[in-house]
This record gives sequence, C-alpha cells and structure tokens, in this order.
Amino acid sequence: MIRIEPREAPSRLLTLGVPVVSAILALALAAIPLALAGADVFAAYGFMAKGVFGSVFAFTEMLTRASPLIFTGLAATLAFRAKLWNIGGEGQFYLGAMAAVAVGTGWVEAPPIVMIPFILLIGAAAGGIGMAVPTYLKTRFGADEVVTTLLLNFIILIFLQMMLQGPLKDPMGMGWPQSAPIIDQGVLPQLLPRMRIHAGLILALGLAVIAHIALSRTVWGFKLRAVGENAAAALHAGIGVKRTLMGVAMVSGALAGLAGVSEVAGLKGYLTNDLSPGYGYTGIVVAMLAGLSPLGVVVSALFIASVFVGADTMSRAMGVSSYLADLVVSMSLLCVLIGGFVARYKFTRVTREAT
Amino acid sequence: MDILQILLTDSFWAAALRIATPLIFGVLGALICEKAGVLNLGIEGIFAAGAMAGWLAVYLGAGLWGGLLVAALTGAFFGLLHAILTVPLGLSQHVSGLGITLFATSVSYFTYRTALPDVSSPPRIIPFQPLDIPVLSDLPFIGPVLFQQTAMTWLALALVALVWWVLERTPLGMAIRAVGDNPDAVDAQGLSVYALRMGAVVAGSALMALGGAFLTMSAFDAFFFGMVNGRGWICIALVIFASWRPGKALLGALLFGAFDAFQVRMQTEVGAFVPSQVFLMIPYVLSIIALVLVARRAEYPRALLKPWFKGQR
Repeated sequence: MIRIEPREAPSRLLTLGVPVVSAILALALAAIPLALAGADVFAAYGFMAKGVFGSVFAFTEMLTRASPLIFTGLAATLAFRAKLWNIGGEGQFYLGAMAAVAVGTGWVEAPPIVMIPFILLIGAAAGGIGMAVPTYLKTRFGADEVVTTLLLNFIILIFLQMMLQGPLKDPMGMGWPQSAPIIDQGVLPQLLPRMRIHAGLILALGLAVIAHIALSRTVWGFKLRAVGENAAAALHAGIGVKRTLMGVAMVSGALAGLAGVSEVAGLKGYLTNDLSPGYGYTGIVVAMLAGLSPLGVVVSALFIASVFVGADTMSRAMGVSSYLADLVVSMSLLCVLIGGFVARYKFTRVTREAT
Repeated sequence: MDILQILLTDSFWAAALRIATPLIFGVLGALICEKAGVLNLGIEGIFAAGAMAGWLAVYLGAGLWGGLLVAALTGAFFGLLHAILTVPLGLSQHVSGLGITLFATSVSYFTYRTALPDVSSPPRIIPFQPLDIPVLSDLPFIGPVLFQQTAMTWLALALVALVWWVLERTPLGMAIRAVGDNPDAVDAQGLSVYALRMGAVVAGSALMALGGAFLTMSAFDAFFFGMVNGRGWICIALVIFASWRPGKALLGALLFGAFDAFQVRMQTEVGAFVPSQVFLMIPYVLSIIALVLVARRAEYPRALLKPWFKGQR
C-alpha cells in the first residue's frame, strides 16, 4: 500500500523540474494524435523544430508570438496568486486593443516619444477597468468572478464587432470590418530589419522583471500573496482585502490590455476581430506552467509560442491540422496540474501493519 | 407587431423552449456535479465534444440514438478525467475544469479536421425531426409549442423530473447531496466519498455532452467551430441562479430561452435603429445581472470546491 502525505515544502528541484517534465511529456503525447492522423511522427517533430529553430526569421517569429503570451501570462499569474480568478484575459486583450485604436488612429497626434506611452497607458487603463468591473461585482455583491469574466469575454467580443462595423471602422477599408491603421508615430519600433519582431517583447520582458520584484520584494506583493493564501487571516491582520483585490484586478487587466496594444501597435497595425487566437485563455496555461512565477512566465511563454509556431510549420508541410498545437497546450496544462500534485506529496511504500 | 403581440405567438414560445433545451441538459449536468461538491468548468469543452462526437457518429452511420450514446460516453470520458484530477487528487477545480475545456475543445476540433480534411462546407446529417404527435400537435397554441419539438426536448424535460426525483427522493440522491455538504458525515456512514463524487461528475458530464449533441443533431445538422459560443458558461451561471434546484434550473433555462427568442424578434422590429450586436449581447448581460442579483442569497453546497481526503480531517 502506498501512503501519500503532504511535503513540508516542495524541493527546489521539483518546483523547477515538474513544469519542464510536464511540457516535454505533453509534447511527447502529441505523438498519439499525430500517429492517429496517419502522419510520420518523427518527420512531424522535425518540422516542428525547424519551424522554431530553422532560421533567424523562424526564431524571431516565435519570439513575436511569445510577446502577447508573456503579457497575458503575467496577467493570470498576478490575479491567481491573489486567488482572483481572472479568466477574462481574452476580453481585456481586446479592450486594450480597442482603446489603442480609438486614440491611436489620428484622433491625437504627437511625436513617438509621447504617442507610444500614451497609447500603452490608455490600453492598459481599458484592460484594467475591464477587470475592475467583475472584481467590484465580486467584492460588493459576491458574484463569482469566474463566471462573470468568462461571460464578459463574449460581451466584449460582440462589442468589438459592433465597433468595427461602426465608430472604429476604417473608412478606407473596402468594407472589411477592420479599424484604420495606427498612425506612424504610435507604431512600436521594430527590433530587427525585415523581421516582424517588435518592441512589445522588450516591454513584456521588462514587466516580467517588475512583476517579479513587486511580488517578492514589495509590501503590495506581500499583501497580494497574503490575500491569496488566506483571505480571512489577511483581513484579521488588518490588510484591506477588497482594496488589495481591486488593485490586483486593475494591474492584471492592464497587463492583458497591454497584450492587445502590443499586438495592434507592434504587429498588425490595425484591429480585426481575429487579432487574438485565444491569447487570453492561453495566458492561463502559460501562468500555470510557470508555477505562477513571473519570471517563469517568460520561459513558459517561449515554450507555448514554440509549440504554436512549430505546429504551424508542421501543419503546412504535412497537412496535419494545426489544432495539434492547442491539443499540446491543453495537455501541458493537465500534465503540470498532475505534476504539481506529485511534487506536493511524498509517496512512501508502507506495510499494512504500519498504518 | 408590439411586444405583447410577440409574447402571444406560439412560434415565440416554441423557439424559447428550443433555445432552452441544450441549456436544460447543461444546467442539470452542472447541477449534479456541484451538488456533489465539484465545480465542472469543463462544461464548455464537453459541450463541444458532445456536439462533435454525436454528430460524427451519426455521420458515420450510427443512427441518431447511437449518436446520442456516443456523445454521452464522450462526455463521461472527459468527466472521468476531471473527476480523477479533482476528487482523489484534490487538484484545483477551477484550473482542472478550464484544462478540460481546452483539452476537450481541441480534441474535438482536431478530430473533426482529421476525419474530414478537405471539406469546404460542413457536411450535413439528417437531424432529429419534430415529433408530430397526431391530435395533440394540432391543439391551438399548446400544439406547436410543446408537441412539435424534437425527441431531445422531451428527453431534456424528462431528465429534469428524473434528476429531481433521484436527488430529492432516493437514498442515492441524499448521499450525493450530503457528499457536497458534509463529506465527513458521508464517510462516517461507511459510504465512499470518492465514488459518489466521481460518479456524480461522470454522470453530470454525460448530460452536458447531450446538451452539445442537441446543437448538431437537433438544432442544426452540422458541426461548426465555435458553435457552443459560451452556452456552457451560461449554464454555470444558471445553476447559481437556480440555487441548485432542478425545477428552478428548468425555469431559469426557459426564462433565458424566452429572452433570447425575444431579442431575435426585437432585432427584426427595431433592427434599423439599433445595431444587431446590442441584441446579441443581451443573453450574456442578463446572465451576469441574474448572477449579481442572487449572489448574496445563493446557498452554495457547503463543500463545493473543497477537496476531501480519506483519513484527513
């Protein structure tokens, strides 16, 4: 018989090892659907690797794909650390993108040094408000934020379609439901010539470091973690739980909003209703795979981005559906969940008499 | 046509019941899981899996009832996965549920694309037809509303009664409710907390999958990506609205169906002045408002979200 008992604290090796093993396992499990689809499994993995490491361009494409995932991953990380279930990253992403387009397509003009921070700020504010509303409904009325943020995603997506057919529609867009382009002064600088990689990545990396410091070294971070670990005790200790939650909500929503700004002002230039292939939801996987650590988010975003970019290349070369990437991403979430269980408990073999 | 006129037409109420049907399956499924103490956010993905699996089975020649069986089994499979992760392993029900939703959705999409690689327009099946019951379906008003629905609507209504009866009137139902309120007491009685909770999640998930199957096998005749469109999440909101009671759940689903049918009709009335998206938003906005209204009074099953381990108090 095997006895299971909780560990005092998971060892450092396990904390780091579990996500790595989970990610590799999820990637390995992709062999099953690949084989069922009748594809040459080894060739498929070869194409996936080539899609990420095959050229400088491929690698920068992966980095470009990782940028929004770092933002949304950080958004989920901070909220989840406070046990605030922000599942609304997808909606907040689009709120940020819409706000950026609303002010960044000619309504105001300024030199880039003013214009870019302005757009980023407005987008972050929009995302922050997008999470503040369900958090207010939670703290004031007790409405479960999981359900409200999920439903808000749909509301915001419909609102986006309305805006793209109405006020935000590009008059020169030949009737397509898309916004006018962000003016030149508002476009995030490119990092390399002839590549799509842009300054959004630098911003994301910087915010990951700031989030790490804020979470581990500041009073705010301490309050956040205290609320997440035991809200009742935090309240007893004199921490304003509701205020802390509202603060976390604004920051979390702002981060997801910045993902939207970064995509629209750094990559696409204009807004469509398919700007995000589910970056908000994938951010949750990124955060969980990172063990809710801001620096870990960077690593797991790189992994998830590699899966997506690699699977795209494999799909084009072999004709296997690129939904394989979503399959790997969801399996890595389930694997890391189980791995977390293994890391938290000690398994010892005991004889029946001993129990 | 004014508002009152709309409410008095039989086609309006027939549509309301039709729209409510998948939600009835989903709400009942979510209710069973939560009564046993397990939140199942896998519902959105299980809807998609049920929709795809049931449809594909019929497309491959299983017959409509065979398709429903396949859908239910698919739902049960994903439910079992969620049950293993959340009951004996005691992992976060939120994260596990979202993981199941992502997993079930991507499995369904990948399978559909792999099974039908080069179709441009989605292939169709012959779905459930309205049951044209002689005499009864010719009754004024009642006839079109009740007796021209498909067999799946009747199945949903029958399940409401069955779930109510099992939960409220049988020892099994009492055990399920107790395991979601006070698992220690159930354990002290010598019953298995694990088996009860896992069984409830598996059964509930099978029902959710039937809700998905209704979309491809009764409401439409084909499978589309993104066709679930938040219906699963609406069910999670409706369960809270219904205070975990099957009867109220039916009422909530019907109210929701009525509002949705109403907005479609209003759209044709005032569509010239108001963008259609305003109406599309209404169902989701209503769900949030309903949630806010009842949230403080809601009596959650006391052990909901709380993992329980044998021999550990």
